Amino acid sequence: MTTDHILPVPHLQPVISLRDLRVSYGEREILHGISFDVVRGETLVILGGSGSGKSTLLRTLVGLEKPNSGEILIKGRDLAKASTAEMDEIRTKIGMSFQGGALFGSMTVGENVALPLREHTRLEDSTIEIMLRLKLQQVGLEGFEYYAPSQLSGGMKKRAAVARALAMDPEILFFDEPSAGLDPIIAAGIDQLILQLKRAFRMTIIVVTHELASAFLIADRMLLIDKGNIVAIGTTEEMRSSKQPRVRQFLDRIAEPEISGELDYLQMLTAERPHAHNAVRRRG
Amino acid sequence: MEIVSQIAGSTLDGLGYIGSLASLGARAAYDTLVAPFHGKPLRLQRAIAQAMDVGVRALPILSLITFFIGLILALQAAYELRQFGAMSAVATAVAVSMSRELGPLITAIVVIGRSGSAFAAEIGTMKVSEEIDALETMAISPVSFLVAPKFLAMMVMVPCLTIWANAMGILGGSLFGVAQADFTFVRYVRASIDSLLLRDVTSGLVKSVMFGITITAVGCLEGLSTGAGAEQVGRSTTRAVVMSIFLVVVVDLFFTTLFFFAGSR
Repeated sequence: MTTDHILPVPHLQPVISLRDLRVSYGEREILHGISFDVVRGETLVILGGSGSGKSTLLRTLVGLEKPNSGEILIKGRDLAKASTAEMDEIRTKIGMSFQGGALFGSMTVGENVALPLREHTRLEDSTIEIMLRLKLQQVGLEGFEYYAPSQLSGGMKKRAAVARALAMDPEILFFDEPSAGLDPIIAAGIDQLILQLKRAFRMTIIVVTHELASAFLIADRMLLIDKGNIVAIGTTEEMRSSKQPRVRQFLDRIAEPEISGELDYLQMLTAERPHAHNAVRRRG
Repeated sequence: MEIVSQIAGSTLDGLGYIGSLASLGARAAYDTLVAPFHGKPLRLQRAIAQAMDVGVRALPILSLITFFIGLILALQAAYELRQFGAMSAVATAVAVSMSRELGPLITAIVVIGRSGSAFAAEIGTMKVSEEIDALETMAISPVSFLVAPKFLAMMVMVPCLTIWANAMGILGGSLFGVAQADFTFVRYVRASIDSLLLRDVTSGLVKSVMFGITITAVGCLEGLSTGAGAEQVGRSTTRAVVMSIFLVVVVDLFFTTLFFFAGSR
């Protein structure tokens, strides 16, 4: 991987830039030195299988996990070294839509969406009311402000979560598995919503997913992550035409070779080729 | 040697746990007492809603339990006192043991069962469904948003409930007093009030404030440290209840000892 892939368009200032990011849970390192840049208005889709580290990457980007080393510059400010107050300031400029929506069950949809406005601004209730209607309209949920989250369907919950993420007019939006657990029609609706946000507001959008169809539809660039390393990063065309085996395997949906015996299993675990033993076994 | 190192290990774990409780309590205290003066909102409305839940809705069950406890105390005291022909001392026995010890303790146990467990379950569920993460990404501190109002509500409501529990205990005692010990209701109540020193009531109330802090800290800490998965919520809730009961008894022992030596001078 060359550095000109890290920087998509050299003359544009990146909104997000990661340099050699390393994250661990306890002793185990999950991300082994991730570096990439995202420019304003770009949609980057982070692809990866289960356990690849893509969710950890997203959680680190919004400051939910502390990196061991490396830089996370969001609009030029390092999230890794930010104090609580600085972190809060950066966080008012980003919005995050969680996989299950993460709406507060004890509040109505309207109260959920209005919460960031009530917490961070001194706007009048009537102004908040208007903004709330506007945000719900943007995601196609007008008239649902008095519903409880439990009364909404899966797709509507996602939309409500997006409305809440949009409440503070963020410059960067993060999506965790936006189409997970939705039927294809509803999932396509969420894809359309993301495209609308991108076109209408020129938002920078980062999406973590493993839904390929959705990824190719919404992405400007894609990043494939595997076992905590970036395997490939590039435009959708570059990814489609990539010859890299791991990229091909992921995009063409080829299963991992089946584990047939204990030596294969050992090989998978250690990632080493057992020479002699293997030869003996095959002969027998 | 193995046993020694095991004991040392669990002692350290215990101290670490108490440290986390204290740190959570301190952050909540900062959010309640200091942060409002720096332009951060004091979530009075949330605290009042919590207080309704913790306090007002606990009244029926707490009244019933402490009424019976008062009656039991009167029966038990009378069992001994009638041998000395001192049945009139029943009122004193009930009033003092209720307000010094049983009022605060029974209240704490009821509050643990109703609210301590609910705190752990509520926050634990929010943790599992990423709602706590959502709060953080919205730059809203979970401690100031969720924990601080609970502390405020509990520190006000647990002493209030304790006063109510004392009264109901005395009422329960009076049932026995009137029926069996030749008291009239008014005389029983007057005898109870006369036997109480201000110290008896305040020592109970100081304890009840500490119980409130302990229960909230344990419930919220267990909720916040819930792992992934729904069964973890159940586990945190159980732990919160068992831990709270244990720590309330420890706090009780500490303050009772303190008041014993402070009162003897």
